[in-house]
Amino acid sequence: MLYFSKLKIIFILIISLFLIFIASSNLFKFDNNFLKRNINLGLDLQGGSYLLLEIDNKPVIEQKLQNLTIILRDYFKGKNIKLVNFILQNEKILFKVNDKDKQKVLDIFNDKESEINPYYERFKSHQLEITEENDFLSVFFSKQGLVKLKTSSQEQALEIVRRRIDEVGTNEPNILKRGNDRILVELPGLDDPMRIKTLLGKTANLTFRFVSNNNEDSFGNEKLNYEDEEGSEFVSKRIILSGDNLLDAQPRMDSETNETVVTFSLDRVGAKRFGKATSKGIGRQLAIILDGKIISAPVIQDTIAGGSGQITGGFTFQSATDLALLLRSGALPAPLNIIEERTVGPSLGQDSIDAGIIALVIGFVLVIVFIIVKYKIFGIITNTALIINLLLLVGVLTLFEATLTLPGIAGIILTVGMAVDANVLIFERIREELKNEKNRLIAFDSGYSKSKTAILDANITTLLAAIILFFMGSGPIKGFSITLGVGIFTTLFSVYFIARLLTVLYISKNKNKEIVI
Amino acid sequence: MIAFNKYYNQFNILSISLVAISLLFLIFKGLNFGIDFKGGILIELRSTDSKVNVSSLRDRFNQMDLGDVSVKKFGNETDYLIKFENKDNKKNIIEDIKKNLDKSFGNNIDFRRVENVGPKVSAELLKSGVIAISVALALMLIYIWIRFEWQFSLGAICALFHDVIVTLGLFSLLGLEINLSIIAAVLTIVGYSMNDTVVIFDRVRENLRKYADIKIFELTNISINETLSRTLITSITTLLALVSIFIFGGEILKGFSLAMIFGVIFGTYSSIYIANTILVRLNVSQKTILKDEEKN
Repeated sequence: MLYFSKLKIIFILIISLFLIFIASSNLFKFDNNFLKRNINLGLDLQGGSYLLLEIDNKPVIEQKLQNLTIILRDYFKGKNIKLVNFILQNEKILFKVNDKDKQKVLDIFNDKESEINPYYERFKSHQLEITEENDFLSVFFSKQGLVKLKTSSQEQALEIVRRRIDEVGTNEPNILKRGNDRILVELPGLDDPMRIKTLLGKTANLTFRFVSNNNEDSFGNEKLNYEDEEGSEFVSKRIILSGDNLLDAQPRMDSETNETVVTFSLDRVGAKRFGKATSKGIGRQLAIILDGKIISAPVIQDTIAGGSGQITGGFTFQSATDLALLLRSGALPAPLNIIEERTVGPSLGQDSIDAGIIALVIGFVLVIVFIIVKYKIFGIITNTALIINLLLLVGVLTLFEATLTLPGIAGIILTVGMAVDANVLIFERIREELKNEKNRLIAFDSGYSKSKTAILDANITTLLAAIILFFMGSGPIKGFSITLGVGIFTTLFSVYFIARLLTVLYISKNKNKEIVI
Repeated sequence: MIAFNKYYNQFNILSISLVAISLLFLIFKGLNFGIDFKGGILIELRSTDSKVNVSSLRDRFNQMDLGDVSVKKFGNETDYLIKFENKDNKKNIIEDIKKNLDKSFGNNIDFRRVENVGPKVSAELLKSGVIAISVALALMLIYIWIRFEWQFSLGAICALFHDVIVTLGLFSLLGLEINLSIIAAVLTIVGYSMNDTVVIFDRVRENLRKYADIKIFELTNISINETLSRTLITSITTLLALVSIFIFGGEILKGFSLAMIFGVIFGTYSSIYIANTILVRLNVSQKTILKDEEKN
């Protein structure tokens, strides 16, 4: 265990110097791309906002089933089968069909080539399932059908969330999928997430619909409130125009009225429809509705043919800007709920960094002093290895651009405390061996080899704990598991290569002197 | 040589009663779960305004009709920690609170930290915390089962359960908050306690091979003594690091470092007085390990 070949020494030196050099790139700003690495600071250290959003897919499912009832009715009509008594409840479509056709309907649903019920070969499952419930047949999404629906609405929502956040222009946002109905948003440096939360809280479903106070409307009408909660109107269910037809939206100052408005321009289809509706509906009120609330309902004065228009609604400049932003970025497929929020202000982040560094320095000094007092010369060797260990740890974290969190700093300090263990195990063993063994080299050698299993065991158990933490933990805790886990490897490296090399050098230099551990 | 084995019985009784008392506390008093596991809102705020103090803040919050609100000083003279449940799951509640406080105290309040954990997320976090600790214990069990004979595994696992239960019991007794970082601390304790036990067991097994005629009662004592200075030095350096985190690492790491400090102390104690006494009670001898080695 005591022999080091030249090659090995060079190898150890190269690795150590390389990692220490990488570690130093945190202090200096290198121009080189490879060296331009930094340890990322977690949100708890640099300040920022962590938001976990959950997509409320219920409206999407209901909408899909609603559309499906019409498709089903028409499809089976074409096959001369009459489906009656449609009921939509609990995310199921219930309907009746006379007994002789029942089997036919079931067969069509369960056919792998079915036109109305796609079959996913890969999952061996249909999109929809059908069962008999009392007198009714009940159609609902299969497990796979739901998964498909959720992932697709998650993808759409992710895109919209990204657009909205990019429009606000925050610093390197991190937007990730979580499961199949959640989106994780990390916004470093943002200490007041209020605006983003408001923007993400809106579905931004825009529709233009006529106000219809009489009941002649063949589409039916519904009562909607104004956005400021004052007053309401009966509005037709027929949608003249929706947000999908929008090409652009911008906040403007109307020079005549001195009011902030949102101007918009429409695509070709939208412009045509808008022109037609406004020419037919002169004198009628056209309601502009966002997420089920009326923004305003101006009276149409003239035909608007150019495909652009403006929305008034007593906006402040800020609210007009936000509305324009929402309209530009498009509607979310489903409402989002914020189910977890963690925000750390920059002042606390800096305080945490300071406290962490002070704790690290003091902990480090305490351990170093204790070890020197305990082991003298071999204490210096241990401490040298410990310092190198710390540099290597920082080097590895930098190399992989890991995220350092406050618990992560605690992990580093803990590593300092526990890293000594391996060297202590070795030195205590050597001490025992020296009692019975005259030949010092043999004593040192067997000290190293006999302590090996205990050291391995000790580190594997800690590593197991770190691995579990890595997989179950989020954010800050993950940071702890990373430093703890990486710390184990750098510790073993520094003990078996650095400290051992120094020990070998020391005893070969002092061949004839008494050596005391 | 210190005669640790003289007190095996006394300390076993002590350990059993500690575990029993801890379990009683855990069952009847329960744990003080933080918002990570219970759901709710936490606000850490700082204000240098002399009008802002615990009672004026409490007044303000009580007027906002948020249910049970806890207001406490947090570390500094100017820092406060506010916690409540957000039972009605109100939206935009943090913004409303901010406006409300700004109105009554002027714009002198800095929200340093805001955490809002919904009921679904907190239930998931609790579940994953329990799973993580269970998986950790199971993995340790498997690991030591591979490395040692079953008598040793039993000893190590008893020590492990003792450390986890007594640490949590102490948290229950003192009413300290259990949050995500405490789970991290408990897992690290599991690793540390195992580590400590394994080092002594390693020596016990080595000595079992060496001395056929020494009874396990004596043999464990010899092994404990031989590894004692390592046990102490490692515990001391680890504790030095932890105490440094506890004192200087800021309020957020206090709970974590305290749990770890308890854990390291219990872990060191249990590897001496629980793990080894199980070996004695199971009457482990040279045959135990030789039988196993023949099989392989």
